[in-house]
Amino acid sequence: MKFTWFHLMPYRFLPADFKEKYRSVWVDIPRDLYDPKVGHRLYNDYLDQLEYADAMGFDGLGVNEHHQNAYGLMPSPNIMAAALSRRTRNASLVVLGNSIALYNPPIRVAEEFAMLDVISGGRLVAGFPVGTSMDTNFCYGEVPATIREKYYEAHDLIIKAWTAKDVFSFNGKYTKLRYVNLWPRPLQQPHPPVWIPGGGSVETYDFCADHGYQYSFLSYFGYIAGKKVADGYWEVMAKKNKELNPYSLGFAQVVAVSETDEQAEKDYAPHMDYFYNRCLHVYNGFADAPGYRTVKTIKAGMLGQVGQQAAMRREGLEWKDFVEQGFVIAGSPKTVRERLREAMKSLNCGHLMMIMQVGSMPPELVRKSTTLFATEVMPHMRDLWSGFEDKWSPKRMAQNEIAMPAAVHFQRTEVNGKARAAAPGAAEVRGAK
Amino acid sequence: MNTTQKLLNGKFSLEMQVYGSGEPILYLHGAGGLMPVEPFLEDLGAQFKVYAPQFPGYGESTGSEHIDDIADAVLFYHELMDELGIPSANLVGHSMGGMIAAEVAAFDVHRARKLVLIAPAGFWIDEVPIPDLFAAQLTEIAGLLFHDPNSPAAQMMTLIPSDFKALETMYVERVKRLAVAGKFLWPIPDRGLKKRAYRIAAPTLLLWGDDDKLIPAAYAREFTSRIKNSRLEIIKNAGHMVMYEQQEALVGAIGKFLKG
Repeated sequence: MKFTWFHLMPYRFLPADFKEKYRSVWVDIPRDLYDPKVGHRLYNDYLDQLEYADAMGFDGLGVNEHHQNAYGLMPSPNIMAAALSRRTRNASLVVLGNSIALYNPPIRVAEEFAMLDVISGGRLVAGFPVGTSMDTNFCYGEVPATIREKYYEAHDLIIKAWTAKDVFSFNGKYTKLRYVNLWPRPLQQPHPPVWIPGGGSVETYDFCADHGYQYSFLSYFGYIAGKKVADGYWEVMAKKNKELNPYSLGFAQVVAVSETDEQAEKDYAPHMDYFYNRCLHVYNGFADAPGYRTVKTIKAGMLGQVGQQAAMRREGLEWKDFVEQGFVIAGSPKTVRERLREAMKSLNCGHLMMIMQVGSMPPELVRKSTTLFATEVMPHMRDLWSGFEDKWSPKRMAQNEIAMPAAVHFQRTEVNGKARAAAPGAAEVRGAK
Repeated sequence: MNTTQKLLNGKFSLEMQVYGSGEPILYLHGAGGLMPVEPFLEDLGAQFKVYAPQFPGYGESTGSEHIDDIADAVLFYHELMDELGIPSANLVGHSMGGMIAAEVAAFDVHRARKLVLIAPAGFWIDEVPIPDLFAAQLTEIAGLLFHDPNSPAAQMMTLIPSDFKALETMYVERVKRLAVAGKFLWPIPDRGLKKRAYRIAAPTLLLWGDDDKLIPAAYAREFTSRIKNSRLEIIKNAGHMVMYEQQEALVGAIGKFLKG
């Protein structure tokens, strides 16, 4: 069993009456609700949390891409992954991902992912989401009816750019390039593992199955509601005679650990409420632009995880409902161990994307939950799926080959009126901490 | 009226409403498509021969995958006119259909004898943004499209069925149509008409409801200033769906202009 510590990077300080006063956390949220000085603190807190997760032995650090919203402050996950590539050494950088249809030309994604893979010593997981309708259609202006076709074309170009032996030309419908010649090329060969985040579109099952990619279901309704999607995926995999390897499925789950079940409620209830009622408060008109989902998917009856249908599902829910309905797996280490094992088994899932900073959770609480999970839950779950090979994690360079940032803080000092950089001794650095 | 099924170039199968007889009108509908019978076209049919195809992807018409942009749409109408034996005709278009009709007339100036644009799309003025129809809730649509959202016509056109199956059918149908419309209107309805409108040679009549909340009448000035031989008539007590709110005034104005 593998664990990715996945950060959404929400804005933690939306007003208490946000839901009543504003129609959407996404797309047209008033920009004066964002304070850049608060943002400065948040980015640094959040990067600290991801670095801490690396130190605590999590397998992956997850970041993602969203636009014009307070739910996730990462319009460019690559910037976060670049910061992490220097300050971490073990964990995979799970970038879920770049919405490849949004970039013109999409080899920009091939290039930046290659850079991240090289800088990090082969630790990149390349995520290719189609992206939400809010992000791709409403914020980035892509025509809903053609975005999927554009996505497939971008995918083909990126994979070819990573793997072609020679310079080639690409005459696509959306992208035309006379010369494609990727510098740098990715460190992992033939290319980094590809994970496809999905929201239940039936086409994505086929796409993953046909290309051998990992399918990541990113919902916030937890493992009980998510079983329908996981089963749909495994059904397609079985029909296509693919190995039912749990590591080819990723699943996002909110997890929170405290000393006891009662303490967990005290600790986390207000933050879950913030998450479900403010971070996911999306105007229904933005949830699903006409043409974004195929008629096939609409008819398959998949419920969106945002918008009105989603809001109806969580209307009036309280802590005990969140826990009972599996939206949140929370409680003492023992409770979390038991429920999580049951959950992962029922989904046949090998890659857990854990949401551990939820809504308005402050840093000290995040650290407590992460520490308890890493020490009292994770070790007890490692054995799950030990019979399967994980073919979807990065194959990084040997630990002793991975370059480390200089282990000192450079400080600007003045000598005889001239500025210069000085490195304090290692002891001073330790003292500074 | 009769409804015909036409195959065009092996690419498009078209559902088309045909009304009346006389001088030909080609009617280009808006983003919502045609209703099974269009009373105002029937009315026009008393004076003209009206051809009203459902655009590919609308109703029973297929082949929208062959249309990516304005150039494809214009070519589609050029070829359809040739096929119908009306290489030139009076072009009448509403909203998105008005935008495409203007393009058809601009690309090849010999196609339009006269041009009637009813509350056409095609331009964007930053100071007068057009409300986002694609994000509108079913409950908001009547208010955007009609002068009087409580009128029987508005109620009939925007009724939200309570039966789930009917609601799903309506929803899927709306998604299918607006998905196609998005190729011309998303995210804002400007595909370069402002570069080409000067070419339009046909005498042009612009008709606008005085209470159009979707494409405000401010846009009429863009059209009249960019199309040389054009004039504007404002129709009173009408919103964007002029034909359902002021059928008589609309048909009267079109008839007078085309016969004049």
